[in-house]
Amino acid sequence: MPRPGPDPRIAPEALGDRAADNLRFIRDTMERASSFTAVPGWGGVGMGASALAAAAVSAFARTPSEWLGIWLVEAFLAVAIGVRAMSVKAARAGVPLFAGAARRFLLTLSPPLFAGAVLTAALERSGRYELLPGLWLLLYGTAIVTGGAFAPRVVPVMGIGFMLLGAIAFASPPSWGTAFLAAGFGALHIGFGFVIARRHGG
Amino acid sequence: MTVSNARSRVPKSQEPPRPDRRKAPTAIPELDRVIHERVRLAIVSALAANEVLSFHELKQLLATTDGNLSVHARKLEEAGYIALRKGFAGRVPRTEYRLTPEGRKAFQRYLDHLEALVRASGRAVRVR
Repeated sequence: MPRPGPDPRIAPEALGDRAADNLRFIRDTMERASSFTAVPGWGGVGMGASALAAAAVSAFARTPSEWLGIWLVEAFLAVAIGVRAMSVKAARAGVPLFAGAARRFLLTLSPPLFAGAVLTAALERSGRYELLPGLWLLLYGTAIVTGGAFAPRVVPVMGIGFMLLGAIAFASPPSWGTAFLAAGFGALHIGFGFVIARRHGG
Repeated sequence: MTVSNARSRVPKSQEPPRPDRRKAPTAIPELDRVIHERVRLAIVSALAANEVLSFHELKQLLATTDGNLSVHARKLEEAGYIALRKGFAGRVPRTEYRLTPEGRKAFQRYLDHLEALVRASGRAVRVR
Protein backbone atom coordinates (compact mmCIF):
# COMPACT_ATOMS: atom_id res chain seq x y z
CA MET A 1 0.00 0.00 0.00
CA PRO A 2 1.63 3.29 -1.03
CA ARG A 3 2.02 6.08 1.51
CA PRO A 4 -0.35 8.97 1.03
CA GLY A 5 1.52 11.85 -0.53
CA PRO A 6 5.08 12.07 -1.72
CA ASP A 7 7.67 11.27 0.89
CA PRO A 8 10.37 13.95 0.83
CA ARG A 9 13.03 11.33 1.61
CA ILE A 10 12.34 9.45 -1.62
CA ALA A 11 14.29 10.28 -4.76
CA PRO A 12 12.28 11.58 -7.76
CA GLU A 13 13.03 8.33 -9.67
CA ALA A 14 11.26 6.22 -7.02
CA LEU A 15 8.38 8.69 -6.83
CA GLY A 16 8.06 8.49 -10.59
CA ASP A 17 7.90 4.68 -10.41
CA ARG A 18 5.17 4.83 -7.78
CA ALA A 19 3.24 7.42 -9.76
CA ALA A 20 3.54 5.26 -12.91
CA ASP A 21 2.30 2.27 -10.85
CA ASN A 22 -0.71 4.27 -9.72
CA LEU A 23 -1.47 5.42 -13.27
CA ARG A 24 -1.31 1.79 -14.39
CA PHE A 25 -3.64 0.79 -11.55
CA ILE A 26 -6.11 3.53 -12.54
CA ARG A 27 -6.03 2.49 -16.20
CA ASP A 28 -6.62 -1.18 -15.34
CA THR A 29 -9.48 -0.33 -12.99
CA MET A 30 -11.15 1.94 -15.55
CA GLU A 31 -10.71 -0.69 -18.23
CA ARG A 32 -12.30 -3.39 -16.09
CA ALA A 33 -15.05 -1.03 -14.92
CA SER A 34 -16.04 0.08 -18.39
CA SER A 35 -16.03 -3.48 -19.68
CA PHE A 36 -18.14 -4.71 -16.81
CA THR A 37 -21.64 -4.24 -18.17
CA ALA A 38 -21.34 -3.13 -21.75
CA VAL A 39 -20.84 -5.96 -24.18
CA PRO A 40 -22.71 -9.25 -23.88
CA GLY A 41 -20.45 -12.19 -24.80
CA TRP A 42 -23.14 -14.86 -24.69
CA GLY A 43 -25.38 -12.50 -26.65
CA GLY A 44 -22.68 -12.41 -29.33
CA VAL A 45 -22.63 -16.20 -29.44
CA GLY A 46 -26.43 -16.22 -29.83
CA MET A 47 -26.28 -13.60 -32.58
CA GLY A 48 -23.58 -15.63 -34.34
CA ALA A 49 -25.67 -18.79 -34.22
CA SER A 50 -28.70 -17.01 -35.67
CA ALA A 51 -26.51 -15.50 -38.42
CA LEU A 52 -25.22 -18.96 -39.39
CA ALA A 53 -28.81 -20.19 -39.59
CA ALA A 54 -29.74 -17.15 -41.73
CA ALA A 55 -26.76 -17.81 -44.02
CA ALA A 56 -27.82 -21.43 -44.47
CA VAL A 57 -31.41 -20.45 -45.29
CA SER A 58 -30.48 -17.50 -47.53
CA ALA A 59 -28.19 -19.73 -49.62
CA PHE A 60 -31.40 -21.27 -50.99
CA ALA A 61 -33.15 -17.96 -51.68
CA ARG A 62 -34.69 -17.85 -55.17
CA THR A 63 -34.54 -14.10 -55.70
CA PRO A 64 -32.29 -11.28 -54.42
CA SER A 65 -35.23 -9.67 -52.63
CA GLU A 66 -36.00 -12.99 -50.86
CA TRP A 67 -32.32 -13.15 -49.85
CA LEU A 68 -32.54 -9.57 -48.51
CA GLY A 69 -35.78 -10.38 -46.64
CA ILE A 70 -34.08 -13.28 -44.83
CA TRP A 71 -31.18 -11.07 -43.74
CA LEU A 72 -33.48 -8.27 -42.61
CA VAL A 73 -35.36 -10.75 -40.41
CA GLU A 74 -31.97 -11.91 -39.11
CA ALA A 75 -30.97 -8.28 -38.37
CA PHE A 76 -34.07 -7.74 -36.22
CA LEU A 77 -33.54 -11.09 -34.51
CA ALA A 78 -29.87 -10.26 -33.81
CA VAL A 79 -30.79 -6.85 -32.36
CA ALA A 80 -33.40 -8.52 -30.14
CA ILE A 81 -30.85 -11.11 -28.93
CA GLY A 82 -28.21 -8.42 -28.33
CA VAL A 83 -30.49 -6.05 -26.41
CA ARG A 84 -31.95 -8.91 -24.36
CA ALA A 85 -28.46 -10.20 -23.50
CA MET A 86 -27.31 -6.70 -22.52
CA SER A 87 -30.31 -6.15 -20.27
CA VAL A 88 -29.82 -9.54 -18.59
CA LYS A 89 -26.13 -8.79 -18.04
CA ALA A 90 -26.88 -5.29 -16.72
CA ALA A 91 -29.62 -6.61 -14.41
CA ARG A 92 -27.27 -9.27 -13.02
CA ALA A 93 -24.70 -6.57 -12.26
CA GLY A 94 -27.41 -4.41 -10.67
CA VAL A 95 -27.16 -1.45 -13.05
CA PRO A 96 -29.81 0.08 -15.31
CA LEU A 97 -29.40 -0.69 -19.02
CA PHE A 98 -29.43 2.95 -20.09
CA ALA A 99 -26.65 4.16 -17.83
CA GLY A 100 -22.89 4.13 -17.84
CA ALA A 101 -20.96 1.88 -20.18
CA ALA A 102 -24.03 0.08 -21.54
CA ARG A 103 -25.69 3.37 -22.50
CA ARG A 104 -22.50 4.68 -24.11
CA PHE A 105 -22.07 1.45 -26.07
CA LEU A 106 -25.64 1.59 -27.40
CA LEU A 107 -25.45 5.27 -28.31
CA THR A 108 -22.14 5.03 -30.17
CA LEU A 109 -23.30 1.84 -31.90
CA SER A 110 -26.41 3.47 -33.35
CA PRO A 111 -25.19 6.08 -35.92
CA PRO A 112 -23.24 3.65 -38.19
CA LEU A 113 -26.12 1.17 -37.97
CA PHE A 114 -28.56 3.90 -39.00
CA ALA A 115 -26.28 4.78 -41.93
CA GLY A 116 -26.26 1.09 -42.86
CA ALA A 117 -30.07 0.95 -42.86
CA VAL A 118 -30.37 4.04 -45.11
CA LEU A 119 -27.74 2.76 -47.55
CA THR A 120 -29.40 -0.67 -47.64
CA ALA A 121 -32.67 0.94 -48.71
CA ALA A 122 -30.85 3.02 -51.35
CA LEU A 123 -28.96 0.04 -52.79
CA GLU A 124 -32.11 -2.10 -52.77
CA ARG A 125 -33.91 0.53 -54.85
CA SER A 126 -31.11 0.58 -57.40
CA GLY A 127 -30.86 -3.22 -57.40
CA ARG A 128 -27.22 -3.30 -56.21
CA TYR A 129 -27.67 -6.27 -53.86
CA GLU A 130 -24.13 -7.50 -54.47
CA LEU A 131 -22.78 -4.53 -52.49
CA LEU A 132 -24.82 -5.27 -49.37
CA PRO A 133 -22.60 -7.90 -47.65
CA GLY A 134 -19.50 -5.67 -47.83
CA LEU A 135 -21.50 -2.62 -46.72
CA TRP A 136 -23.10 -4.39 -43.74
CA LEU A 137 -19.81 -5.89 -42.54
CA LEU A 138 -17.94 -2.60 -42.94
CA LEU A 139 -20.53 -0.46 -41.15
CA TYR A 140 -21.23 -2.99 -38.41
CA GLY A 141 -17.48 -3.19 -37.83
CA THR A 142 -17.34 0.62 -37.64
CA ALA A 143 -20.16 0.58 -35.09
CA ILE A 144 -18.35 -1.99 -32.94
CA VAL A 145 -15.02 -0.12 -33.13
CA THR A 146 -16.59 3.21 -32.09
CA GLY A 147 -18.94 1.61 -29.55
CA GLY A 148 -16.11 -0.42 -28.11
CA ALA A 149 -13.65 2.47 -27.81
CA PHE A 150 -13.96 2.34 -24.00
CA ALA A 151 -14.60 -1.40 -23.77
CA PRO A 152 -11.87 -4.04 -23.38
CA ARG A 153 -9.57 -4.29 -26.36
CA VAL A 154 -11.19 -7.49 -27.59
CA VAL A 155 -14.31 -5.53 -28.63
CA PRO A 156 -12.70 -3.00 -31.02
CA VAL A 157 -10.47 -5.82 -32.32
CA MET A 158 -13.63 -7.73 -33.24
CA GLY A 159 -14.88 -4.56 -34.98
CA ILE A 160 -11.68 -4.32 -36.99
CA GLY A 161 -12.19 -7.96 -38.01
CA PHE A 162 -15.64 -7.08 -39.38
CA MET A 163 -14.25 -4.03 -41.21
CA LEU A 164 -11.49 -6.08 -42.84
CA LEU A 165 -13.98 -8.74 -43.93
CA GLY A 166 -16.20 -6.00 -45.39
CA ALA A 167 -13.30 -4.51 -47.33
CA ILE A 168 -12.32 -7.94 -48.70
CA ALA A 169 -15.97 -8.67 -49.57
CA PHE A 170 -16.09 -5.58 -51.80
CA ALA A 171 -13.07 -6.90 -53.72
CA SER A 172 -14.42 -10.45 -54.04
CA PRO A 173 -16.89 -12.09 -56.45
CA PRO A 174 -20.53 -11.19 -55.58
CA SER A 175 -21.42 -14.88 -55.24
CA TRP A 176 -19.27 -15.09 -52.11
CA GLY A 177 -21.45 -12.53 -50.30
CA THR A 178 -23.40 -14.98 -48.16
CA ALA A 179 -20.19 -16.79 -47.18
CA PHE A 180 -18.70 -13.47 -46.02
CA LEU A 181 -21.82 -12.76 -43.96
CA ALA A 182 -21.56 -16.22 -42.37
CA ALA A 183 -17.87 -15.67 -41.62
CA GLY A 184 -18.49 -12.22 -40.08
CA PHE A 185 -21.88 -12.20 -38.38
CA GLY A 186 -21.61 -15.93 -37.66
CA ALA A 187 -18.03 -16.99 -36.93
CA LEU A 188 -16.61 -13.68 -35.66
CA HIS A 189 -19.57 -13.17 -33.31
CA ILE A 190 -19.30 -16.68 -31.91
CA GLY A 191 -15.51 -16.63 -31.52
CA PHE A 192 -15.25 -13.21 -29.91
CA GLY A 193 -18.48 -13.80 -27.97
CA PHE A 194 -16.88 -16.75 -26.19
CA VAL A 195 -13.78 -14.70 -25.34
CA ILE A 196 -15.86 -11.78 -24.00
CA ALA A 197 -18.15 -14.11 -22.03
CA ARG A 198 -15.24 -15.89 -20.38
CA ARG A 199 -13.10 -12.85 -19.63
CA HIS A 200 -15.62 -10.07 -19.07
CA GLY A 201 -18.42 -11.44 -16.99
CA GLY A 202 -20.89 -13.09 -19.37
CA MET B 1 18.10 -5.87 25.22
CA THR B 2 16.16 -3.00 23.75
CA VAL B 3 16.23 -1.85 20.21
CA SER B 4 17.91 1.42 21.08
CA ASN B 5 20.73 -0.47 22.85
CA ALA B 6 21.26 -2.65 19.82
CA ARG B 7 21.44 0.39 17.59
CA SER B 8 23.95 2.13 19.79
CA ARG B 9 26.42 -0.77 19.38
CA VAL B 10 26.47 -0.63 15.58
CA PRO B 11 29.61 1.15 14.41
CA LYS B 12 28.87 4.31 12.45
CA SER B 13 30.52 2.94 9.31
CA GLN B 14 28.05 -0.04 9.23
CA GLU B 15 24.88 2.04 9.59
CA PRO B 16 22.62 1.98 6.55
CA PRO B 17 23.18 5.04 4.39
CA ARG B 18 20.73 7.83 5.06
CA PRO B 19 18.64 9.10 2.19
CA ASP B 20 20.21 12.08 0.48
CA ARG B 21 17.95 15.00 1.32
CA ARG B 22 19.53 17.09 -1.41
CA LYS B 23 17.71 14.90 -3.98
CA ALA B 24 14.31 15.48 -2.38
CA PRO B 25 11.75 17.11 -4.64
CA THR B 26 10.89 20.55 -3.36
CA ALA B 27 8.09 21.79 -5.57
CA ILE B 28 5.80 18.74 -5.51
CA PRO B 29 2.61 19.40 -3.56
CA GLU B 30 0.84 16.79 -1.44
CA LEU B 31 -1.21 14.17 -3.26
CA ASP B 32 -4.94 14.19 -2.49
CA ARG B 33 -5.03 11.77 0.43
CA VAL B 34 -8.75 11.11 0.08
CA ILE B 35 -8.25 9.68 -3.42
CA HIS B 36 -4.76 8.24 -2.93
CA GLU B 37 -5.81 5.25 -0.82
CA ARG B 38 -6.05 2.18 -3.10
CA VAL B 39 -9.69 1.18 -2.51
CA ARG B 40 -10.85 4.78 -2.81
CA LEU B 41 -8.70 5.28 -5.91
CA ALA B 42 -10.33 2.19 -7.44
CA ILE B 43 -13.83 3.47 -6.59
CA VAL B 44 -13.13 6.88 -8.15
CA SER B 45 -11.45 5.33 -11.23
CA ALA B 46 -14.37 2.94 -11.76
CA LEU B 47 -16.87 5.80 -11.44
CA ALA B 48 -14.82 7.92 -13.84
CA ALA B 49 -15.31 5.20 -16.44
CA ASN B 50 -19.00 4.59 -15.59
CA GLU B 51 -21.67 7.19 -14.98
CA VAL B 52 -23.37 5.02 -12.37
CA LEU B 53 -22.28 1.88 -10.54
CA SER B 54 -24.25 -0.07 -7.96
CA PHE B 55 -22.80 -1.14 -4.61
CA HIS B 56 -22.94 -4.75 -5.75
CA GLU B 57 -21.13 -3.97 -9.00
CA LEU B 58 -18.40 -1.98 -7.24
CA LYS B 59 -17.95 -4.78 -4.73
CA GLN B 60 -17.47 -7.33 -7.52
CA LEU B 61 -15.18 -5.03 -9.46
CA LEU B 62 -12.95 -4.25 -6.49
CA ALA B 63 -13.16 -7.81 -5.07
CA THR B 64 -13.65 -6.42 -1.59
CA THR B 65 -16.01 -6.88 1.35
CA ASP B 66 -19.25 -5.00 2.06
CA GLY B 67 -17.70 -3.38 5.15
CA ASN B 68 -14.52 -2.25 3.44
CA LEU B 69 -16.39 -0.78 0.48
CA SER B 70 -18.89 0.99 2.78
CA VAL B 71 -16.15 2.61 4.86
CA HIS B 72 -14.21 3.92 1.87
CA ALA B 73 -17.30 4.99 -0.06
CA ARG B 74 -18.43 6.97 3.00
CA LYS B 75 -15.09 8.79 3.14
CA LEU B 76 -15.44 9.77 -0.51
CA GLU B 77 -19.02 10.83 0.09
CA GLU B 78 -17.99 12.96 3.08
CA ALA B 79 -15.36 14.65 0.90
CA GLY B 80 -18.11 15.43 -1.62
CA TYR B 81 -16.39 13.36 -4.34
CA ILE B 82 -19.15 10.81 -4.87
CA ALA B 83 -22.92 10.89 -4.43
CA LEU B 84 -25.10 7.93 -3.58
CA ARG B 85 -28.73 7.25 -4.31
CA LYS B 86 -30.75 4.55 -2.64
CA GLY B 87 -33.61 2.96 -4.46
CA PHE B 88 -35.21 -0.34 -5.36
CA ALA B 89 -34.78 -2.66 -8.33
CA GLY B 90 -38.11 -4.44 -8.06
CA ARG B 91 -38.20 -5.46 -4.43
CA VAL B 92 -34.43 -5.55 -4.00
CA PRO B 93 -32.85 -2.44 -2.42
CA ARG B 94 -30.12 -0.95 -4.57
CA THR B 95 -27.51 1.70 -3.81
CA GLU B 96 -26.04 3.57 -6.75
CA TYR B 97 -22.93 5.68 -6.76
CA ARG B 98 -21.84 8.38 -9.15
CA LEU B 99 -18.92 10.81 -9.29
CA THR B 100 -19.81 14.43 -8.42
CA PRO B 101 -18.38 17.29 -10.53
CA GLU B 102 -16.09 18.05 -7.60
CA GLY B 103 -14.95 14.42 -7.52
CA ARG B 104 -14.22 14.46 -11.24
CA LYS B 105 -12.11 17.61 -10.82
CA ALA B 106 -10.24 16.07 -7.89
CA PHE B 107 -9.59 12.92 -9.96
CA GLN B 108 -8.28 15.03 -12.84
CA ARG B 109 -6.01 16.95 -10.44
CA TYR B 110 -4.75 13.66 -9.03
CA LEU B 111 -3.98 12.32 -12.54
CA ASP B 112 -2.18 15.57 -13.45
CA HIS B 113 -0.20 15.26 -10.27
CA LEU B 114 0.86 11.67 -10.99
CA GLU B 115 1.91 12.67 -14.50
CA ALA B 116 3.94 15.54 -13.07
CA LEU B 117 5.68 13.10 -10.71
CA VAL B 118 6.49 10.76 -13.59
CA ARG B 119 7.83 13.66 -15.65
CA ALA B 120 9.87 14.96 -12.72
CA SER B 121 11.52 11.55 -12.47
CA GLY B 122 12.79 12.01 -16.01
CA ARG B 123 10.79 9.10 -17.41
CA ALA B 124 8.37 9.16 -20.29
CA VAL B 125 4.72 9.13 -19.18
CA ARG B 126 4.02 5.61 -20.39
CA VAL B 127 2.02 3.24 -18.25
CA ARG B 128 1.47 0.33 -20.63
